[in-house]
This record gives sequence, C-alpha cells and structure tokens, in this order.
Amino acid sequence: MPTPSRYWREIPQRYRLEAQKCKNCGVVLFPPRLICPECKSRDFEDTKLAEKGKVLTYTIIRVPPHQFVDQAPFAVGIMELDDGVKLTGQIVDCDFEDLKIGLRVKIEFRKIFEEGGSGILCYGYKFVPDM
Amino acid sequence: MEGIVGYGAYIPRNRIKVEEIAKVWGADAPSYKKGLMLEEKSVPSPDQDTITMSVEASKSAVKRAHIDPREIGAVYVGSESHPYAVKPSGTVLAEALGATPEAHTADFEFACKAGTEGMFVALGLVKAGEIKYGLAVGADTSQGAPGDALEYSAAAGAAAFIFGRDNVVAKALKTYSYMTDTPDFWRREYQYYPQHGGRFTGDPAYFKHVMGAARGIMDKTGMKPPDFDFVIFHQPNGKFPFRVGKRLGFEEKQIEQGWLVNKLGNTYSGSSPLGLTACLDVSKAGDKILLVSYGSGAGSDAFIFEVTKKIDEVRDLAPKTRELLDENKHYLEYGEYAKFRQKIKKAN
Repeated sequence: MPTPSRYWREIPQRYRLEAQKCKNCGVVLFPPRLICPECKSRDFEDTKLAEKGKVLTYTIIRVPPHQFVDQAPFAVGIMELDDGVKLTGQIVDCDFEDLKIGLRVKIEFRKIFEEGGSGILCYGYKFVPDM
Repeated sequence: MEGIVGYGAYIPRNRIKVEEIAKVWGADAPSYKKGLMLEEKSVPSPDQDTITMSVEASKSAVKRAHIDPREIGAVYVGSESHPYAVKPSGTVLAEALGATPEAHTADFEFACKAGTEGMFVALGLVKAGEIKYGLAVGADTSQGAPGDALEYSAAAGAAAFIFGRDNVVAKALKTYSYMTDTPDFWRREYQYYPQHGGRFTGDPAYFKHVMGAARGIMDKTGMKPPDFDFVIFHQPNGKFPFRVGKRLGFEEKQIEQGWLVNKLGNTYSGSSPLGLTACLDVSKAGDKILLVSYGSGAGSDAFIFEVTKKIDEVRDLAPKTRELLDENKHYLEYGEYAKFRQKIKKAN
C-alpha cells in the first residue's frame, strides 16, 4: 500500500496525466524522470498525455490483490493514447463481451482503491469506452 | 453581468428499477411508482463517489467555459456524502482540474441544498470582484436505509457550474434564500443512514421553504410564473416538484425539461443543479430560468437566470444531461446493488 506521501508525490500523474517530453529526442516520459532513458538528456519540457486512445491489449483479473477484491472481476489493459503513448490502466464501465482490441476509450477520474477502512482514498485515472 | 460561464453534468451508468428493490422487501412496486412517480434510479460503481463525479462534471464545465483552470479562484463542493469525514473533497477536485494552489476551497453540507449553497457563494465572490471565476459543484452518492422509502430514490449524480463576469451563457439576475430550523431529515455523527420525519418532510418542510424562496425571489424582481421558460424545483420524488409548481401557478410544461427524477432518482445536492444543466442544454438566448433548491434542516436557495446567445457555442462541447440519463445504462440486480453500496456485512 502506498503511504500518503508516496500517493501525494504521484498526484500530478494520477490526477492530471502530467508528463515530460525530452527536448533532445522527443520521447515522452510518464512518469517524469531525471535522465532520458533514450538519449541521456536532462533537458525536458512539460506536457500532458492525451485523454483518449484505443485498447492495444487487455486481460480480465479474477483473483486480484486484496485492495481490489471488491472490484473483481475487472479488466486491465494497455492503451495506446492518441499521442502515441502506451499506458496501462483499468478499463471500467464496459461489459466484457464489448471489450475488444481497438476499442476507443477515454480517461475518467475514479477511486483506485481504499487503504483499508480508515486509511486514505487513492484516486486516479481509469479508462471507459468512448461512446 | 455575472453569471454561468460553463456547466457540466455527470451521471453514473448503473441503474436499479423500483421493481427490483420492491421485490426484495415485499413492497408493492406499482404503488411506489405511482406514489413517488419514480421508475428507476442511478447507482454509483464502487470506484465512484462524490469526488470522482465532481471531477467529471467540472471537467465538462471547464470545457464549456473554455478557460484556464488556474484562473478559478474558488472551488466549492456541496454534498452530504463527502467521502472523508475530515479532509476536503474540494482539494482533490481542484488538484484534478489543475486549479491549485491559488484558490479558496470549501466543502458545503446542507442536506440536498449544499450544491446551490456553493453556487450562491461562488457567484457572490465573482460579483464582489474577489475572484475571476468560481466553481461550484453539487454532488452526492446518497444512501437510503434498506427497505426505507428513501431507498427507492437515493441516487448519484453531479452538476458543476463555473461563474464569471465575461462570456456568460446565463446571466444571474437575482438570488434569494429562505430558511428556518426545521428538523425534517437528519443523520447523526457515525450513523450510516439518515432518518426522516415521514410526512413532516412535506408541508412544513419542502413546500414551505420552496414556496417561500420562489415567492420571495419573484416578489423582489416583480416577475410572475408566466415570465419563466423553465423552472426547476428540488426533486426528492417525482410528485413534489409538480405539486409545488401547481401551488405557485406554474404549468407542467415549464417543469418537465428539468424534471429528471423519474429516471434518475434524487441526487440530493446534485438534484436541482442537474435539472438546471438539462434546461441549459436546450435553452436559447433570452430564456428565463427559475431554480429553487431545497435542503432539509431546512432551507431553499433561489436563482433567476437569463440565457445568452453564448449558449449556442458551448452546449455541444460536453455531454448533455439527458444523454447521460438515457444512454449507456447498465441495470443492476439488488444483490449487486447492495454490494456496490456497501450494504453487505463482510468478515474483516
């Protein structure tokens, strides 16, 4: 489970999809890093990921980690966003028979999990079908 | 003139029918449907709450307002189902929108009128010149005790409004509030479900305050019921809005567009604000809208809006309320609903 401080550090990415673009080679890093893994540059500009994309692949989780037990079964997929970035996330509000590779999806703000009955509530992005 | 520069709505896709609830409790579904004028209600998924719905409604409001979220100087969330007992909903909302750190934030709570309270204050700060834009949200994931009449209506939804001075889609012509101390509905600290005064929630509570606010704002402005194209009253059930409208001299056709409760249920702090979004979705320049909320405890906030031609530029920039209400629905059985609403006791 994340501590409140770790959750807090990830808020710009979890809430707003804030990313970095390498000024030297153009690769987009999510989450941001100190050194570009492609060209070793340290020169970045701020950017935001696209909020729409399509499903590249997915799986159905039926035996999840304990924080996610109440949500099972649920879908997790790798999405290719419209800016080309690939992002992993839960796919919700979608019946499994409608879940297909290539399905158009968009970001929605959801509760990811609760830290037990008295800990913090962790929010972030999930994907829903883009109707 | 100050008014609404952007608005947004959010309704979860899950629904449960009156028949499905009545079946479990041995109740007579047709009499509930006729008595409350309800057919079904919205239900949040386990990963949805007042905060998540506020974020989605507010993102639509920002799209329609076409503003930089950093210019929002106040972020208010009105709800009786804030996910935390201690920790604001508004900070999460402001952070998700990118409206931090230069913003005033507060969570409001006044039964079903917390949403219009935030609207009242945000508009007031804009009028005072303290802020450029103010965001106010009414949102709830309300709970009714299993088997109680409230279980047939307590629903989930959110409506968000951004107030500003320039490029308004609806001018705020007048506001008015009417309130007394009336214990018609309450929930004590640490209690999971609310209690209510049964029929006492009617005449001395809902009708007295809604009529007091509606008559008060019309007296102050010299306006009469026929002057309005749309009127929205708080919708705890299907009958009350029409009954109070009739008593005040409004016709059913003025109420129908903003009357969502038969398919939505009572979204508490989101109830009358969602009705306003549904009216803005179809309004045209010059239309006059009367909004009267009601919150148990008890009080009503009233607003008169005049729609501007700007509405034609913004209404299609985000999902419309009746689309959210009528499309992509997913019906739940009672067991699934009970799990979603955490009504089932589990071993720790």
